[in-house]
Amino acid sequence: MVQQSLNIERRSATTTPSPGVRHSVEVAKLIDISKCIGCKACQAACMEWNDIRDEIGTCKGVYDNPADLSAGSWTVMRFSEVETDNGKLEWLIRKDGCMHCADPGCLKACPAPGAIVQHENGIVDFQQENCTGCGYCITGCPFNIPRLSPKDHKVYKCTLCSDRIATGLEPACAKTCPTGAIMFGSKKEMITQAEGRIADLKERGYQNAGLYDPKGVGGTHVMYVLQHADKPELYSGLAKDPQLSPLVIFWKGIAKPLMSYGLGVAVLTGIMHYVTVGPNEAEEDETEK
Amino acid sequence: MNNKSGFILRHPPQVRANHWFVAIVFILATLSGLAFFHPAFFFLSNLFGGGPWTKILHPFVGVVMLVAFSMLASREWKYNRVTDADRQWQKKAMDIMLNHPVKMPDIGRYNIGQKYLFRTLLGMIGILFLTGIVIWQPYFAPMFSINLVRLAVVAHGIAGFITIVAIIVHIYAAYWTRGAIRGMTRGTVTAAWAKHHYPGWYKEMSKGSK
Ligand code: HEM
Ligand code: HEM
Ligand code: SF4
Ligand code: SF4
Repeated sequence: MVQQSLNIERRSATTTPSPGVRHSVEVAKLIDISKCIGCKACQAACMEWNDIRDEIGTCKGVYDNPADLSAGSWTVMRFSEVETDNGKLEWLIRKDGCMHCADPGCLKACPAPGAIVQHENGIVDFQQENCTGCGYCITGCPFNIPRLSPKDHKVYKCTLCSDRIATGLEPACAKTCPTGAIMFGSKKEMITQAEGRIADLKERGYQNAGLYDPKGVGGTHVMYVLQHADKPELYSGLAKDPQLSPLVIFWKGIAKPLMSYGLGVAVLTGIMHYVTVGPNEAEEDETEK
Repeated sequence: MNNKSGFILRHPPQVRANHWFVAIVFILATLSGLAFFHPAFFFLSNLFGGGPWTKILHPFVGVVMLVAFSMLASREWKYNRVTDADRQWQKKAMDIMLNHPVKMPDIGRYNIGQKYLFRTLLGMIGILFLTGIVIWQPYFAPMFSINLVRLAVVAHGIAGFITIVAIIVHIYAAYWTRGAIRGMTRGTVTAAWAKHHYPGWYKEMSKGSK
């Protein structure tokens, strides 16, 4: 259900204004990868708060467990061992999950009214009761996040704990993180927070430390502090410059409206032809000619 | 004439049944597909029991349509070759559409507009099927790369649009050409109708009955 105490910025497949008389500040979650120790307390907290229990999987010989996001795992830690330029081995652990894009591809692609909403505070939330199970959101997302549940054919992903935030709490993962690697607050505050931390990292030799808040999707409401912001790919393939696919932009931005008008024009042309030219009739006495 | 009252058999009963089955299933596929296409059409999902039911039904309806259409197309295939008379007809197409009096070339069973339409349907329904499989959740879509699914969903929409416009033209042309729908419902057309619209076919039919 939509959190009624949160203002709505936009809803999927809806052309009229969304409820918006309240005012809310833009929020963000800041994940400082340089502080993460890979303990997965956040994964456990997410399961706990949201009451989701994934199928027990098998060990793939690496720390990643579960191996991928699913309808029952809305966040997973992705571990990568990387040799950086100076021959140092670094263990980069990224908490993967929905980025809560300011310009969400999932919402643009969704054909079901109100199945995806973007709250004014920046949270992008799926409303499973309106979901048809078509999977268009999967094609829209540049981060490969939404997962279709094989059980109920609805799509699930991180909610940024919209239900907690609506009542003034912080997300369960941020609350539980023992090293303080996950922080939550207004987006402005989080950017200031990140700047301090980045200056710190630079001082300690991470020349390319920086904030991940990609402009291609209008910025995100989950941001990372990266030690190597020049190479986000090092972090288990984090996109360097994520963008909505041009195919999705063409589909939803051009094809959809143009072809809808096209159908109307086709029908109208037929009617106009009939009322101006009239029917094509064969004279009954023609055979006698 | 092979019929006492000057009627000529144009479409035998099997073809009529096949055609109208295709027409019904095609319309169901169109209404359910359009529901996903634009929010302005989403209300159509109510006809099928809501969003999830529409999503479940559409691909199956599409496949049924494909099978029935293939049967119809294999029956009609041989009548859709383009001839020289067709090309002459094409030059006069504008006058014919505006109901100007013209000397009708000796065209056969169908005119070139119908033949092009037939080919368009054949190609587009093929594309609809192939792309429809690629985007079919949850059964097939996970087997394909995300960019292929993105491409297929765009192509499915475009092919759907072309097919729907083609059918709007088809339905209007059938209505506009008075007597044609009778040919597809009762099976017969009048001799005058045949002579007026398809002189070549008319000659062939009157030869056969002598
Ligand atoms: C031949 C078999 C077909 C298959 C397997 C198929 C499959 C699909 C699937 C899987 C979808 C996504 C929505 C959903 O899951 O229900 C879809 C959407 C759609 N289909 Fe089909 N379909 C077929 C035939 C047709 C036909 C004959 C038409 C109409 C001419 C049509 C028009 C559409 C349209 C307009 C959409 C929405 C596309 C968009 O959102 O851009 N489909 N189809
Ligand atoms: C309510 C809708 C429809 C009406 C009123 C209608 C009417 C007709 C009529 C009157 C004919 C005979 C034309 C003639 O004898 O020259 C015909 C032929 C035909 N129709 Fe339809 N039709 C409809 C829908 C469809 C649909 C949805 C399809 C396929 C997707 C289709 C495919 C065909 C084909 C393949 C032929 C044979 C013509 C040829 O091979 O060129 N029709 N239709
Ligand atoms: S699967 Fe559900 S949420 Fe995703 S695009 Fe389709 S209707 Fe929207
Ligand atoms: S990361 Fe994907 S699922 Fe999350 S808001 Fe962005 S487009 Fe939507």
